Amino acid sequence: MPEVSYYPGCSLEATAKDYAESVEGVCEALDIELRELPDWNCCGASAAHSLDHRAALNLGARNLALAAQGPSPLVVPCALCYNRLASARHELLEGDDLVIDEIKALGGGYAGVEVVELNDYLSSPEVTALAKQRATDLDLSGLKAVCYYGCQGQRPPAVTGKADYENPQGLDRLLGALGVTVMDWPFKTDCCGASHSVPRPDLVFTLVAKLYKRALDQGANCIVTGCQMCQANLDMYQEEIAKQMGKQVYLPVLYFTEVMGLALGIDETPKWLKRHLVSPKGLLEKAQLPRQTWERL
Amino acid sequence: MSEPIAGAPNGEPLSSDRPPAPSPEEAIRPDGRWLAQVEAASGVKAGACYGCKKCSNGCPLSFAMDLHPYQVVRYLQLGQMDKLEGSSTVWICASCQTCLTRCPNQVDLPRLMDWLKEELVRRGQAAPEEKVRLFHQLFLKGVAKRGRVFEGELMAGYMLKTGGAFGPEAIKNARLGLTMLKKGRMKLLPERNKDRRWLKALFREPKGGSHA
Ligand code: SF4
Ligand code: SF4
Ligand code: SF4
Repeated sequence: MPEVSYYPGCSLEATAKDYAESVEGVCEALDIELRELPDWNCCGASAAHSLDHRAALNLGARNLALAAQGPSPLVVPCALCYNRLASARHELLEGDDLVIDEIKALGGGYAGVEVVELNDYLSSPEVTALAKQRATDLDLSGLKAVCYYGCQGQRPPAVTGKADYENPQGLDRLLGALGVTVMDWPFKTDCCGASHSVPRPDLVFTLVAKLYKRALDQGANCIVTGCQMCQANLDMYQEEIAKQMGKQVYLPVLYFTEVMGLALGIDETPKWLKRHLVSPKGLLEKAQLPRQTWERL
Repeated sequence: MSEPIAGAPNGEPLSSDRPPAPSPEEAIRPDGRWLAQVEAASGVKAGACYGCKKCSNGCPLSFAMDLHPYQVVRYLQLGQMDKLEGSSTVWICASCQTCLTRCPNQVDLPRLMDWLKEELVRRGQAAPEEKVRLFHQLFLKGVAKRGRVFEGELMAGYMLKTGGAFGPEAIKNARLGLTMLKKGRMKLLPERNKDRRWLKALFREPKGGSHA
C-alpha cells in the first residue's frame, strides 16, 4: 500500500468538500494512503506572493519542513497550492536566509521534498493501470470531456519540472483509459483568472466565456478539472456567464476523481456530484449511465 | 487620413498618423540607476528584455491592462517609476506564468509585478485597482491570525469594506452563500493552526495587511 504525504489546503475543508471526499474515496479504492501533514498552514495563495514575498516563502517553507518528516512525495490536490509549494522549494534551493528561526527549527530539509500535483500522481502509468484493472465495466463513452488543467499546475517549467507544460496529457490518458470520450482542445492550460473572482468578476467572466465557447465548439458535453479553484470558477457562475454570452451553456464541471469514482463503482460518487452548482444529472442521464448514479442529483 | 486601425490593447483606436515629437519637457530622460536597484531587490534580470513582446502577445489579461507587460519592463529600464505608479497592470496580472514561460530571456515578469505591488503598497501609494489590493490584504490578515483561511470571514470582511454589504452585489453573494451552505460547502467555524508562535514571529511587522 503506497503511502504519501498529503496537503489538502484551505478550500478542501470548506467550499471544495466535494473534491476532498472524492479524493479520499478514490485513494481508498486504490489502496493509496494519504497522510495529511500534521498542523499544515495556508499556502498564502495569490495574496501572500503579491504583497509579502517573505511571508509567501515562509508559509511554503513551513509546510515543506513538515513534509520532510513524512513519506514522499508530497501530493497536492490544488494547482495553486502546488504552485506555491513548488515555487518555495525552488527558491529554497538557493538558500533559506529569509526563513525565520521558528521555522528553521523544524529541521529544514525543504528543498529535498518532492512536490507532486494529485492529478499527475493519479495519472501515472502505474496508477492508471491499477484504476483500469479495478474499474467496473460501466460504459463512460457518453461523457465527451475536455480536460482543463489550469495554469498554476504547469508553469513555469523551471519550477514545475514538467515537459508537456503547453499541452499536458496525464488526465487525457487517464480518462481515456477509463473509457471516457476525451476531446482534444487548445485551452488546457489557459488561465481562468480565479484569483480575481471576488474583486474583478468581470475579468473572470471574459476568460471563462472563452473556455466555454471553445469547449462547446469542440463538441464537449462536460469539462473535467484537477483543481478545486478551476472547478469553482467554471461551475459557480455558469448561468450568469451564459446570459452574458447570449448562449445556452450546459457544461457540468467534474473533478477527475469523480469520474474515477464512477468508473470504479464507488457508491458515494453521487453524494460528491450533488454538491456542484451546475447539476450533472442531465449529463449522466443522457450519457446513459445507470439510474442510481444520477437519480438523486 | 486613412482609417484608424482597430484593436489597440486599451480600446483606443490606433491612428496611422505619426505622433508629434515630444517637447523637451515631455521627453523621457532615462535614469539607469533604477534598473540596477530593482534588479538587486527583486532578483529579476529586467535589463535582459529586448522588447520582443512575446510576453504581451500571450498574456491572457492584457485586454484589461493599461500597460502591456513588456511596457512595464521598458519603463523600469528607463527609470520611469512614475509611469508605473498609477498603472493597473501590476494589479491585473494573474500570475499565470505564461509570459515567463515563453520569454526568450527568461525575464521573470510575474515576480517583477509582485515586487512592484509590494513596493507600491510600502510607499503608501493608492492602488488603481483598490479592490484587488483590499482582497489580498484581507486574505493575508486572516492567514496572519490563524495560519489558515476562513472563507466566510474573508467574504464578509470584503463586502463590508467595499460597501457592498447591502447592494445588489451583496444579495447575489448572499444567495450564492446560501446555495453553498445548502450544498454542505460552507463552513461556519474557522480552522486554525495549533502552533501559532511562528505566525507571531512572521507577521510581527505586518506588511501588506496593515492598511486593510
Ligand atoms: S483556477 Fe484558474 S487561475 Fe487558478 S490554476 Fe486554475 S486556471 Fe489557473
Ligand atoms: S518576452 Fe521577454 S524579452 Fe520579450 S518583451 Fe517580454 S520580457 Fe522582454
Ligand atoms: S503572469 Fe501576468 S503578465 Fe504574465 S502572462 Fe500572466 S497575467 Fe500576463
